[in-house]
Amino acid sequence: MRVLTKGNIALAEGAIQAGCKFYFGYPITPQNDIPEYLAKHLPRVGGTFIPAESEIASINMILGASAAGARAMTSSSGPGISLMQEGFSYLAGSELPAVIVNIMRIGPGLGGIAPTQGDYNQAVHGGGHGDYRNIVLAPASCQEMFDLTIKAFELADKYRNPAMILADAMVGQFQEPCRLTPKDPVIIPQKPWALTGAKGRPAQLIKSLFLGPGEMEIHNLDLKKKYDTMEQNEVMYETRHLDDADIMIIAFGTPSRIAKTAIQFLRQEGVRAGLLRPITLFPFPSKAIHEYSRRIHKVLVVEMNTGQMLRDVQLACHNGTKVYFYGRPGGGIPYPDDIMAQVKKIL
Amino acid sequence: MQAVFTRPKTLKDTPTHFCPGCTHGIAHRIVAEVIDELSIREKTIGIPGVGCCVFLYKYLDIDVLEAPHGRAPACATGMKRVLPDRIIFAYQGDGDMASIGTAEVIHAANRGENITVIYINNSVYGMTGGQMAPTTLLGQQTTTTPYGRNFRTEGYPIRMAEMLATLEGVAYSARVALHKPKYVMQAKKAVEKAFTMQINEMGFSVVEMLSTCNTNWRVSPTEAIDKLENEMIPYFPLGVFKERTGKDFL
Ligand SMILES: Cc1ncc(C[n+]2csc(CCOP(=O)(O)OP(=O)(O)O)c2C)c(N)n1
Ligand code: SF4
Repeated sequence: MRVLTKGNIALAEGAIQAGCKFYFGYPITPQNDIPEYLAKHLPRVGGTFIPAESEIASINMILGASAAGARAMTSSSGPGISLMQEGFSYLAGSELPAVIVNIMRIGPGLGGIAPTQGDYNQAVHGGGHGDYRNIVLAPASCQEMFDLTIKAFELADKYRNPAMILADAMVGQFQEPCRLTPKDPVIIPQKPWALTGAKGRPAQLIKSLFLGPGEMEIHNLDLKKKYDTMEQNEVMYETRHLDDADIMIIAFGTPSRIAKTAIQFLRQEGVRAGLLRPITLFPFPSKAIHEYSRRIHKVLVVEMNTGQMLRDVQLACHNGTKVYFYGRPGGGIPYPDDIMAQVKKIL
Repeated sequence: MQAVFTRPKTLKDTPTHFCPGCTHGIAHRIVAEVIDELSIREKTIGIPGVGCCVFLYKYLDIDVLEAPHGRAPACATGMKRVLPDRIIFAYQGDGDMASIGTAEVIHAANRGENITVIYINNSVYGMTGGQMAPTTLLGQQTTTTPYGRNFRTEGYPIRMAEMLATLEGVAYSARVALHKPKYVMQAKKAVEKAFTMQINEMGFSVVEMLSTCNTNWRVSPTEAIDKLENEMIPYFPLGVFKERTGKDFL
């Protein structure tokens, strides 16, 4: 059965269905539906909601809950996510799973509450200190807000690494019919590494401090191996009409939906445009982009920022490819007409 | 022959990294003894902050999570909510708890989190080389108060045990000292009380321990003991500032 649901609510329900019993968070628009929904519904599954005193506290509560073996989640937006960065770095360094949701709002600074994709670099290329990666998933529909949240918990546990849902405020706020039950049964793995008190086993330790000579390098190389495995096995993307395309539009989240409309209109006019939509932003679908760009020599990147994913696309594309960019960084939405005009200018 | 003094089971047999004369190690031993005596080793989890206390796992034979600087009370909160029947304690220095982590400790205390914080107040940042802490005494020279702490520019030393005692969620708040056997015995009683409070689900408990940092005070270990006695205790009076008797919160 499908119900009409808001993206943020679908995500929150997805977390519950994924077996997340612990949510800690601090309010910030445009993601408040998530803590509000979980405050109401976590008790029904025997879960715990804590209105934390800050985002710093939220992420560190997650660190504690995750170290104890629980599935735990926090959500925030822009400034709040910035405050959590230290925690992401510690989670990654300590190899602890966690799901973090960023419903992006415009920045920098206090910015505003309109949708944006301005936190791409922060999510995908760091933010916190040190040599680490977040798994980053980018939903574009209410259904994906639900499905990818479950996926985020799976991947976080599988790799013992933080996983982020990176969605713009549009995806968080719009309503669509949505199936609110998991496609596949949710399996929560055993966590023998968790700290539960050293009963019947030697004491265990979870840390990110490596002071011995060479220790940190070994740790970082191990982490790198893990990130390489993710790049081998976990890349997700969607394509549309690429087989005969003369131009490949690359967009994630809301702009990818708008690009689909633009492509439909363009095709009606005989313009052969196609779409590649990254679903995982890390690991990034570099290989797929490379392969397609060997044949499609024109690429248009559309983002709601000044060109953050653009860099990753440029690195991925085949040498001879021309990469163009169209961006709306201030809360403005790229309309289908805008994208069509850009495509016509290029072709 | 009867053994009158043995190593607590929870304390590992390992060389210390603490400076000679430092009383951090005494705090470790007290915690280990109390864990043994309460028979809670198999269900206790320690969460050290960042500072000279970070190596808790080297000494205590229990599960340990290393927290980011100042955030141990938040980590302990998350962990305790997952494992309400385990005994969870944070172990923090004064820089860790009274400076960068003030918000986390105040709110964990105010929520009445059923956790314990062992708070080592040595009036400086030890690990980073003796900079001023919020607890640095007036007139005290540190590397960042080379002319002595002046209340007009650096404010006053902060009294955490008293401050936390004002919060409803706090079940137990005490200040003890670690520099002489008499005080060590009192300190152990306080730690035992704090852990017992947690076992009985009474709410947040904190034991502030006045500790020496002879290295960064730039004095000999014996002079450090005198300094603690004559300079720290007058400003940071020892005692119990709050002790909840009933289980009922307001
Ligand atoms: C976010 C952050 N800021 C600063 C530091 C550096 N740092 C490490 S230990 C420390 C001070 C610790 O002092 P205290 O808590 O008093 O412990 P002590 O070493 O005296 O036992 C600082 C500032 C850090 N690790 N993380
Ligand atoms: S620096 Fe100070 S607190 Fe740290 S071990 Fe040495 S004496 Fe102890």
